[in-house]
Amino acid sequence: MDEIAPEYDVVVLGTGLTECVLSGVLSVKGKKVLHIDRNDHYGGEAASVNIEALFKKYGNYNKGEEPWKKYGRVNDWNIDLVPKLLMSSGELTNILVSTDVTRYLEFRQVAGSYVQQYSGAKAAVAKVPSDAGEALRSSLMGIFEKRRMKSFIEWIGTFNEEDSASHKGLNINTCTMKDVYDKFGLETGTRDFIGHAMALYQTDDYLTEKGRAPEAIERIRLYGNSVSRYGKSPYIYPLYGLGELPQGFARLSAIYGGTYMLNTNIDEIIYEGSKAVGIKATMQDRGGEEPMKFTTKAKKILADPSYFPGKVQVTGHVLKAICILNHPLAGTDNSDSCQLIIPQSQVGRNHDIYIAVVSSAHSVCPKGYYIAIVSTIAETTANHHLELAPGFERLGKIEEKFMGPPIPLYEPLESGVNDNIFISKSYDATSHFETTTDDVKDIYRRAEGHELVVEGLREGTNLVGDDN
Amino acid sequence: MAARGPAGTRGGSTRFAQFKLVLLGESAVGKSSLVLRFVKDQFDDFRESTIGAAFLTQTISLDDNTTVKFEIWDTAGQERYKSLAPMYYRNANCAVVVYDITQASSLDKAKQWVKELQRQANENIIIALAGNKLDLVTSHPDKRAIQTADAEAYAREAGLLFFETSAKTSENVRELFTSIAKKLPLDQAGPRNPRAGGRGGVELRSETPGTNANGPCAC
Repeated sequence: MDEIAPEYDVVVLGTGLTECVLSGVLSVKGKKVLHIDRNDHYGGEAASVNIEALFKKYGNYNKGEEPWKKYGRVNDWNIDLVPKLLMSSGELTNILVSTDVTRYLEFRQVAGSYVQQYSGAKAAVAKVPSDAGEALRSSLMGIFEKRRMKSFIEWIGTFNEEDSASHKGLNINTCTMKDVYDKFGLETGTRDFIGHAMALYQTDDYLTEKGRAPEAIERIRLYGNSVSRYGKSPYIYPLYGLGELPQGFARLSAIYGGTYMLNTNIDEIIYEGSKAVGIKATMQDRGGEEPMKFTTKAKKILADPSYFPGKVQVTGHVLKAICILNHPLAGTDNSDSCQLIIPQSQVGRNHDIYIAVVSSAHSVCPKGYYIAIVSTIAETTANHHLELAPGFERLGKIEEKFMGPPIPLYEPLESGVNDNIFISKSYDATSHFETTTDDVKDIYRRAEGHELVVEGLREGTNLVGDDN
Repeated sequence: MAARGPAGTRGGSTRFAQFKLVLLGESAVGKSSLVLRFVKDQFDDFRESTIGAAFLTQTISLDDNTTVKFEIWDTAGQERYKSLAPMYYRNANCAVVVYDITQASSLDKAKQWVKELQRQANENIIIALAGNKLDLVTSHPDKRAIQTADAEAYAREAGLLFFETSAKTSENVRELFTSIAKKLPLDQAGPRNPRAGGRGGVELRSETPGTNANGPCAC
């Protein structure tokens, strides 16, 4: 019963979302998967934790105090460590649907998407228009600009990269997005909210780099399609927090035969020449039983960056502050949840500041509380609190603030083809999971040698009693 | 679709309620077999350990106008190395903790699972203890390792429903689930619809090709 198989097709290390989606998909495709985490819980960096665990993680209280006790039952809190939301029409949604992991999760809309104009005392928060009616009422644009915006948006809807007749006379593959905006005569402020609050670019690099117009158009379209799917905002969010997502995909893997071991340390990676061929590991804390040591072979190893610190590099740092509030954000129509983007140009930065807010409506905290995460990409080596200050200004009174040192973003040095070790990237500073699913597909391609096709993934697989 | 808590609708004099039921117990005591007997009236002597007992539902009519639907979650083998996720216990209304009456240690394991349920699940969860593989003892009484009276005494003390069952012969299987259904709080059918009914809830479906993919942006 306690026997570990002598060999697995894939050993996966770390139960973050990227790793769990991969082990789910690989199990469905018939691979024999062993999935291990050194922690005693699922999710790794993408977990959701209760408020006691959060205080303990950040250590921002005096010894002997128990500050979490004034926040109700600790288990009523599911606080995300990574501030992200799902695009309703994004790739993660597609994967959730095609794998039926939606059966284990319940989603709610995020109530609104907002953008800040100006800064300091002049700062104003406005809803990112979600339909033509909102665009016409929006305070973001004047009357003539609204008409220009309308014709731009209509053009986005009809644009077809393959059909040059729909390109407005532009050479779409060599021009810049600035050229496109110029064509429609859009004002700087409009470009700002289109590029940052709809296309969700975090810097202005996309404006002037040749050939990026089709990508920008595609991103604006994803935003529009996501809004039109359920209305109100382009985002949805799982009840009980993002930590439910890796658990759901882990369950998918297990249903298709994947083996799960938490609380298990990797003692050694076994190599033959330059290639990894197995692991030695120890499962801890067996409820009074002795730790269990085991060795098994692996045709491939998939892992998050923390399992191979020598095989990854740092590409940047994210600043993040998790804040507990007892009120909604000013200017957001008392929304129970929202995203608020402060474009870099409005506050004299190079990278946008993001605020993601969820609340008891998503079963992540007791009634009356709101969890707001302020984040950006670090631009200085000190003054990190100051970098997030424009975000804190939007929050009003803050009950608790959890902010650690800058969080390094890792990516693998090599593809994994040479050593059989396929490493994921850290969760980046974007507000959604599109780059996470890009990474899933990239790892799949590197490891399996062909593209991951998500559509119809479960067709032809036979499950006991899987008929309802 | 996953139910979250009792969800009832009362149309006229009929009532219908849906509940999440989770299975627990040591590996190889027959958890999946019990459910397959209940849901499909099937039994397989040589079932491998759980692969793909994904998601089963079964309905019980308690009387002419009361129907209870169980949405049954199998461990999918994640109990083996104590790797069940919090998601598994979340909003479970009832649980069947299974042991094997021919394996002495399996009742101790069952007791640990009951403790785990009391720690992780809803306070008012209804738990049934099922001593499975009754058929083995019927033909060979010497194979019994756990006396009925001992298990029954523990169940009474811990406030659990108790049955000895056989997934193979189906003895007491239906009775087990029916007695759980009778104990569920049908009258407290919660306000929350299991799916998409609540405020702002969304049901994820695949997009019909052509409706949205290249359609005009909604702005």
